[in-house]
Amino acid sequence: MLEASAGDANLLTDVPTRQWKLTIRRFRSRKSGMIGLGIVIALILMAFLAPVLAPYAPNEVLVAKEDVGPREKPCIHLFGCDESKPQHVMGTDGNVRDEFSRIIYGARVSLTLGFFTVTIAFIVGSTLGAVAGYAGGWFDNIIMRIMDVILGFPSLLLAIAIVAVLGPGLQNALIAIAVVSIPAYARVMRAQVLSLKESDYVAASIALGASPRQLLARRIVPNALTPLVVLATLGVATAILEAAGLSFLGLGAQPPLAEWGSMLASERNNVFTSPHLVFFPGIAIMLTVLGFNLMGDGLRDALDPALNK
Amino acid sequence: MLSFITRRTLLAIPVLFGIMVVVFLLIRAIPGDPCSAILGEQATQAACDRFDEANGLNDPIWVQLGIYMKNVVTFNLGESIRFSIPVSQLLIDRLPLTIELAMSALIIAIVVGVPLGIVAARRHNTAVDAGTMAFANIGVSMPVFWLGLMLAYLFAVVLKDTPIALPPGGRLTAGVISVPYYDAWGWNLTEDTVWASLNEFIANFVIFNSFITARWDVWWDAIRHMILPAITLATIPMAIIARITRSSLLEAMNKDYIRTARAKGAKEWTVVSRHGLRNSLLPVVTIIGLQMGLLLGGAVLTETVFRLAGVGTALFDAITGRDYAVVQGFTVIIAAGYVIVNLFVDLSYGYLDPRIRVK
Repeated sequence: MLEASAGDANLLTDVPTRQWKLTIRRFRSRKSGMIGLGIVIALILMAFLAPVLAPYAPNEVLVAKEDVGPREKPCIHLFGCDESKPQHVMGTDGNVRDEFSRIIYGARVSLTLGFFTVTIAFIVGSTLGAVAGYAGGWFDNIIMRIMDVILGFPSLLLAIAIVAVLGPGLQNALIAIAVVSIPAYARVMRAQVLSLKESDYVAASIALGASPRQLLARRIVPNALTPLVVLATLGVATAILEAAGLSFLGLGAQPPLAEWGSMLASERNNVFTSPHLVFFPGIAIMLTVLGFNLMGDGLRDALDPALNK
Repeated sequence: MLSFITRRTLLAIPVLFGIMVVVFLLIRAIPGDPCSAILGEQATQAACDRFDEANGLNDPIWVQLGIYMKNVVTFNLGESIRFSIPVSQLLIDRLPLTIELAMSALIIAIVVGVPLGIVAARRHNTAVDAGTMAFANIGVSMPVFWLGLMLAYLFAVVLKDTPIALPPGGRLTAGVISVPYYDAWGWNLTEDTVWASLNEFIANFVIFNSFITARWDVWWDAIRHMILPAITLATIPMAIIARITRSSLLEAMNKDYIRTARAKGAKEWTVVSRHGLRNSLLPVVTIIGLQMGLLLGGAVLTETVFRLAGVGTALFDAITGRDYAVVQGFTVIIAAGYVIVNLFVDLSYGYLDPRIRVK
């Protein structure tokens, strides 16, 4: 049984310890996945340690406390900036707040948003997909047609419409992005359930008298999770990008919340005079999304090498 | 083949119907009413009553839905509450720009992405492969609007006095006018006819229009203004297409028939193109079809950054301004466009993979 090849892993109800070790070893062998993991861990640490790492509070207006004005260029003492001027590694924004601190605190917003969006979409989508795949018939048809309708819209436009209904704000942006992401999880779970439904151990369980609920919960779904885990990791990346897009259009995070997309949006008209205020939030978004993308790719390769990328 | 096409088309109709109903309900769920959005918060009740009556907003909801359905089927998309012009006129004005932008982006994405993927696959596990994939990964991770702003800064400010400076926004330089071809050629078009509208629509494809009227100054100006937005919009699809081409080609090249082709003595180029590429194109074509959705979403952001008056910005303004007719009309057109594109993708499967035709 332990000689089962990697492709059979999801047909076994009890994944042997050696299987997990193999997966981990495969993940560690790919540099890009490890880089992604490193970035994600650094990000999580940055979010947790924000009060320690950030020299100022994210919404602390400095105009009365220091001799700085709005949209100051970065001043780093190590790189030659005059010692008499207060150090602002990434300069100050339009409201005379330290940009570097806001970038660090922005990690909290992005990670929270990514995590919650994906969790909601994962739970709702997988449940719908699993039940649709198992039940089949008209129920399956209706669910999948609803998913098709959601997928029929360009996702950003649908998210914009949903936020317009609910009102601008980070929470509503979260809901909008989650709704738009649900069909992907539903489809993948349904495809998994459809194929796993036919396996021998399911037939055996039915013969032994398992109810559909027991069957789904204990036998089918745990073995269907592999592609969904990959989808979820990549989904965090997509969610962060879409949230930044919504914030850029003024529909997501509202000022004064330090969120990278809205920080970018508020300085957009000053890009020609203060490009650093657009550059740094964008780099932060890019690195975060890159980290999750690389990690997701690495996970996909590690969990099922037969896919051959 | 015909039944294949018919089947695919019929399957799309309920989806289209569902989309129309969802849009209808969604836009009406937005809090606030069009009256205060258009006439202002200070509008009196009497003014709003007149406004609602004039725009048919006092009818029961199912009556409004029925009227809407009937209108869509007869191509009457209503009137924009905000601009007081027919939605179809707004489409004629705005859609060509978005199509030009999306097409330019798609062409760039394919022309750069596919060869990149091929090169990466052919040099599998070398520095070229790793570098290409790193570039693709970064491309996919960049926020579209950030890339647009950074490119605008680079080409309009940093490179301002160089030959490769590019304008940071707008469709044409102020003062440059694109004369429609029917005016340039002295056609006499009767106003308010379908024929006139059609010609106006075509003439709004500025790059095409200036090309056929040989106005090279306008043509070049239009292209210069389109370069940055197109590259911005193309980056994510390009990266995705490169990745898919690479993985798909790798998978195809591992198959037995490749070994046979080589054993037969076929030239390497023939092996790669005729046997490898042709069989690996299916996922690539699928992805290209799926990019339409990404392009439309990205178009909203790109048009906002580069101040282009396209469908994206119009839709965004309409959604936030509760301009019901515009949202409904545009969405139906976009969804229909989606369905048509996917239909072509499905049909191309039949061409690329003869086994599918028989099914």
